Amino acid sequence: MAVAVRLSALSKKFGSFSANRNISLSVEEGTIHALVGENGAGKSTLTKIIYGMHRPTSGEMFIDGNAVKFASPRDAIHSGIGMVHQHFMLIPELTVTENVILGNEQCGLFQRIPLNKSKALILNDAEAFGLALDPDALVGSLSIGEQQRVEILKLLFRRAAIMIFDEPTAVLTPLETERFFATLRSLRDRGKTIILITHKLDEVLAVADMVSVMRRGEIVGTIPAASTTKGELAQMMVGRSLLLRVTNPPASPGETILSINKLGFRTKKGVERVHDLSLMIRAGEIYGIAGVEGNGQSELLQMLWGLVPEGAIICGEALLKGRSLIGRSPAEITGMGVSHIPEDRLRHAVISNYTVSENFLFGRHRERFFHQGIGFNTHALNRYAKEMVSDYALSCSSPDRQSLRALSGGNQQKVVLARELSRPAVSLLLLAQPTRGVDIGAIETIHTKIIEARNSGMAILLLSSELEEIIALSTRIGCIYKGSIRHEFTREEVELKRDSGHEFQQEIGLHIT
Amino acid sequence: MNRKSTRLLIPILSILSALVVSSLIIFMAGRDPLMIFLKMFHATFGSAYGTGQVLFRMTTLIFVALAVALPFQVRLFNIGAEGQLLLGAFAAAMTGAMLPSWVPAPASITLCIISAMAAGAGWALLAAVLKVRFGVNEVIGTIMLNFIAQGITGYLLTWHFAVPSTVHTAPITDAAAIPSFGALTGWFASSPANLSTILAIGVALLFQMLIFSSRFGYEMRAVGLQPDAARYGGINAGMHTLIAMGLGGAAAGLGAANIVLGYRHSFEAGMTGGVGFTGIAVALLAGAHPLWILLSALFFGVLEYGGLTVNAYIPKDIFMIIEALTILLVITFSALGRRLQQK
Repeated sequence: MAVAVRLSALSKKFGSFSANRNISLSVEEGTIHALVGENGAGKSTLTKIIYGMHRPTSGEMFIDGNAVKFASPRDAIHSGIGMVHQHFMLIPELTVTENVILGNEQCGLFQRIPLNKSKALILNDAEAFGLALDPDALVGSLSIGEQQRVEILKLLFRRAAIMIFDEPTAVLTPLETERFFATLRSLRDRGKTIILITHKLDEVLAVADMVSVMRRGEIVGTIPAASTTKGELAQMMVGRSLLLRVTNPPASPGETILSINKLGFRTKKGVERVHDLSLMIRAGEIYGIAGVEGNGQSELLQMLWGLVPEGAIICGEALLKGRSLIGRSPAEITGMGVSHIPEDRLRHAVISNYTVSENFLFGRHRERFFHQGIGFNTHALNRYAKEMVSDYALSCSSPDRQSLRALSGGNQQKVVLARELSRPAVSLLLLAQPTRGVDIGAIETIHTKIIEARNSGMAILLLSSELEEIIALSTRIGCIYKGSIRHEFTREEVELKRDSGHEFQQEIGLHIT
Repeated sequence: MNRKSTRLLIPILSILSALVVSSLIIFMAGRDPLMIFLKMFHATFGSAYGTGQVLFRMTTLIFVALAVALPFQVRLFNIGAEGQLLLGAFAAAMTGAMLPSWVPAPASITLCIISAMAAGAGWALLAAVLKVRFGVNEVIGTIMLNFIAQGITGYLLTWHFAVPSTVHTAPITDAAAIPSFGALTGWFASSPANLSTILAIGVALLFQMLIFSSRFGYEMRAVGLQPDAARYGGINAGMHTLIAMGLGGAAAGLGAANIVLGYRHSFEAGMTGGVGFTGIAVALLAGAHPLWILLSALFFGVLEYGGLTVNAYIPKDIFMIIEALTILLVITFSALGRRLQQK
């Protein structure tokens, strides 16, 4: 069979950050090829390169055997590539037909649009692929599943032979998903090539022919969907062999710090994200939550940090040394001795235009220690910043002048970690994705500091999409699946299995899929 | 390009290009641009009186520009300085007129200033509450409130408070008048420049400190730069919106005190003359930086008063075009500068 898309040693760098590293991949014509990986693994960047939205830093791309260099999506469309984005690119005020032909009206600028002719073509396509739709309906009045069909019709109308779908099922109901898969199969059977981005492993196994797993910007493996299992894929997605192991001496946990009891979270639309979740963390231990992203981890953090989206319904309790955390503001929760290192560091934990010193202060600016008059005690702040810079081996020469955005991802994370770990009287640390987007060198420092904090008696709730990180750091491990802790590994089990590597990962893999 | 050089380059470039365009227009209107500019210079800094006039206008502009600049730190566009100024002026004039004459000057002046600030702040807060509580865009909110302020003051003046057969209210008590430099020290001849200028510079310094050296400013700028991160850091963004708008409105009220208490001594129809909108340009030229606003306000003060003085040589209409074009050029160039800095 012919190869529709071939990538050869493709790399993409944003500044010093490698989003894609040395990617080689062949997608055969007339197949469904799934691309799986955690958030930030580089799936989106890769598809954006194929669709002409990014230009690769190095490497080559071939479409139907011809070398191509796309300057914009327009070039990609000309080569027969189409893409359905996660957020639909539709105009709700226009009809289905108008949306489908938009940008491809096939008439002069001031000519009458051949609406009827286009409508007939669209109906034809719709019938051929089982995409039942009223071509005159306003797109705004359609359900999400129907809007997705409009997007597919757009690609068909442009005669796209290669179709890219970015997380297509994220917004669909189970029934709509079934229908969507039927459409995908019929597209494939008629010779279309489909690239499917997702992190839902069930779906991959249900619909894909081939699966490529991405991790940290690289493709770690490409295998036929028929010959793999969810467990294997999960492990490929979250495992990491490069990780440097820190020494993790046995923990000696003390009193109970955080106890979560039957916690539940329901979104405004009624979707249950966290269900009956219970766990307990004691002083001086790290409780690792292992799981595939999207199983309630983010919602758990939102509840514990008092930032629940409007309209969400919470039930159950979360107690810090007997006092409830639910319903309090972040400022109050901080005051109770909780530190938080959020998942999305750049958006939530730092002000990138502020200097490094000012960022050391961020969220801690209410502490008396840094105050002087109506402002801050620059002397105390600079001394503290300097101390942190040397303590965490930060490569930053003048923290009071350099803006944070000038630092690498690893150094930025060290700033956040230094700030949160050195808060006075912290008893609980909520730690999410401590090494996401962080270079290998910084990982070791970060891990060492986390273990040190644990030894000093801090209770740590660790969430990470890197299974190996969870195994390396945790005292106990809870496996989260569909919003509840499905299985918990005791301290003895974790200590025993920590060094068995592969097998333990596989065992955890069973509990999170 | 590095950030420091663009920061200086952009204002200079916009002022230079404004000069070139103005020269061209004056030339096309059949006058010698150099002669006009020289006349303007003589009429402003060439005489004590002219300098005083410029200072007076600069003072109002500093206040209204501060009213725009502070909300700008939390990424709010306060188009409503004009309305806040109008209500502040009306409040100052009414308080001044109603105060019994036995109240001593310091108390009278303070009371009038406070009522002007309260009126301006209240009007701005209204827009802020609409924004925080109901999500009404502050640009729309403040523009509508401008119209309403115009309506309220116009109605109250015409139907209730105007001295019969005039378009102004009864004068304020003598004790409520802010002394002019001329009366106190003989500086700037009989120009309207008054002690408010010192207050304006003081308030600008205060705002500078508030924004860049206080804990409050630290939080406020964080809200403006990254609202999400501010929320995670436990900062109450809504409160900062309210305070920034409230303080901004109060500054606009102080601008009204300069006009009413320092010069006109009553409220008169059309007395603000759109200076609240010029304040937007002043703040933009200064990059919403209180210290730069002092310079920027001086520049626009020269333009405003200088324009008046060359009326005899160049039609008022032409000068109106020049002034508006200058503001447009400034805004265009500062937008361009921001884009350059982002790259």
